[in-house]
Amino acid sequence: MDQRYTKKTFLLEIIGIVLGIIFLIPFYFVLINSVKSFADILIDAAAWPKEFLFSNYVKVWDILNFPRAFWNSLVITVVSITGIVILTSMAAWKMVRTPGKFSKILFIFFVSAMVIPFQTVMIPLMKLGGALNLTNSIPGLIIMYFGFGVPLSLFLYHGFVKTIPYEIEEAARIDGCSQFGVFWKIVFPLLKPITVTVIILNTLWIWNDYLLPLLVLQDAELRTIPLAASSFFAQYTKQWDMGLAALVLGVTPIVIFFLFLQKHIIKGIASGSIK
Amino acid sequence: MRTLNANTEVDSVTSTKLNTDTEVESVPKRKIKWKGILTYLAFVGPALFFFILIQIIPFFMGVYYSFTSWNGVSSAVEWIGLENYKKIFTNDPQFYRSFVFTTKFTIAAVIISNVIGFGLALLLNAALKTRNILRTVFFVPNVIGGLLLGFIWQFIFVKGFASIGNLTGWAFFEQPWLGDETTAFWGIVIVFAWQISGYMMVIYIAALQGVDNSLIEAARMDGASNWTLLTKVIIPLILPAFTICFFLTISMAFKIFDLNISLTGGGPFNSTQSVAINIYQEAFQNNRYGLGTAKSILFFIVVAIVTTFQVWTTKKREVEA
Repeated sequence: MDQRYTKKTFLLEIIGIVLGIIFLIPFYFVLINSVKSFADILIDAAAWPKEFLFSNYVKVWDILNFPRAFWNSLVITVVSITGIVILTSMAAWKMVRTPGKFSKILFIFFVSAMVIPFQTVMIPLMKLGGALNLTNSIPGLIIMYFGFGVPLSLFLYHGFVKTIPYEIEEAARIDGCSQFGVFWKIVFPLLKPITVTVIILNTLWIWNDYLLPLLVLQDAELRTIPLAASSFFAQYTKQWDMGLAALVLGVTPIVIFFLFLQKHIIKGIASGSIK
Repeated sequence: MRTLNANTEVDSVTSTKLNTDTEVESVPKRKIKWKGILTYLAFVGPALFFFILIQIIPFFMGVYYSFTSWNGVSSAVEWIGLENYKKIFTNDPQFYRSFVFTTKFTIAAVIISNVIGFGLALLLNAALKTRNILRTVFFVPNVIGGLLLGFIWQFIFVKGFASIGNLTGWAFFEQPWLGDETTAFWGIVIVFAWQISGYMMVIYIAALQGVDNSLIEAARMDGASNWTLLTKVIIPLILPAFTICFFLTISMAFKIFDLNISLTGGGPFNSTQSVAINIYQEAFQNNRYGLGTAKSILFFIVVAIVTTFQVWTTKKREVEA
């Protein structure tokens, strides 16, 4: 609105900073207490640590089997999203470029499924998944993410393809390019802005997802970060010295991801929701 | 829902182009038609396949199982008609309680997180020097999943608040936050708002930046106060953002699970048990899969009605404004 820096703006700035600090206080508590001994946490959780004990982290690193959990989360997120991007960008492009009743009905079919809550699908899905050998396996979980990821990503691509002029593709077609050639060589690079949005929205969802992996993966070896954290807390209730170190470890990868890509993430979130 | 409108105008343009396309080729029309169908299938088929396999088939299986006594273990699945539904409506006080809790929670959470989100957006829309840093700060909680946030805040409520209470002596911090029904309810609302309002803020900021400055100048010239400017000019102009934010927060709050299970676990005495947790426990802990699916179908119906109604009313207001 008003772009001059006035006394009022200064006042707003102070308010903003105070609110920002209040927002960050929980992180302060978690960080300082994660390096305290259990006794010190009980005495005063707000005090600055008397000495920095990194032994909490060492212990938790092994209990969580952190490298394993991190790797599992990474593989699941990356492969699922690669699949979702390929599946939905191709489908959305073809649907927009083949106008008619069929494509329209299909689009409505895909999009209206967004109102189905996960809880409505999960119980029979576990039976179906068991029958198809998709349970207790990372590839099985990834296939499920393909299915759940389709509606939103397809919807985003669908909206974006409509903004791309048809003439560019037509020229390539006349030059004798096949449909796959046209799509991968010409259209897909043009979809880059929305692909970034699709990747970001799906990363935040799949990386942090808890219930689906909880239902699908049983072996400790297959655990993702949220699963490792929840089984840790089920076992070590109220042992906050280790618990907080576990939380810091669990939260760090996604926070780093965010801080590095924050510009794209915030832009992607805004454009992904406004469409 | 919010999406089904704008796809008609493109159709006519591209269809004429496709017609010229087919005329150029000299191969018999029938062959082209088959080739066309096959390429369509190659592009759309895989997405459709996974979507149907993972969401649509289980959905209809769920509708079927909701009329059975399926327990998940034995292979005998007996058709019992409306028995499950009857049981839910007449003899399941905890499900009713969960529903009431989830509804109350959704109302409180949606209002509070949108008020905070919109407030933060207005604040950061001013020419602050720390604007970018603050935007990052307010958004950070949103990238952390609900499960871990719930554990983090469990510590804050149990130990952090107690020590702040010792320092300040404020009664607000000295309550048994997660141990009492009322405060546990507000505890979940607080954490939800802390997580989501940064997200809403980002959407509201994007909308505010789209507002034409000349309109605001004009209103200022006419002597509009800040309040009238906000309520009579700015808010009507960015109503679409409100539609989106309400849609998102309603559906997130109504389906709350992760945050709820790690923060309170549904306690104390199941008073903060969301419908999603209730369904999960019915199926996977009590092994009453038939009953669980019946609940989940009811849950679906309510979610579908609420979100459709919400989008419909806000869209209507947009047109009038």
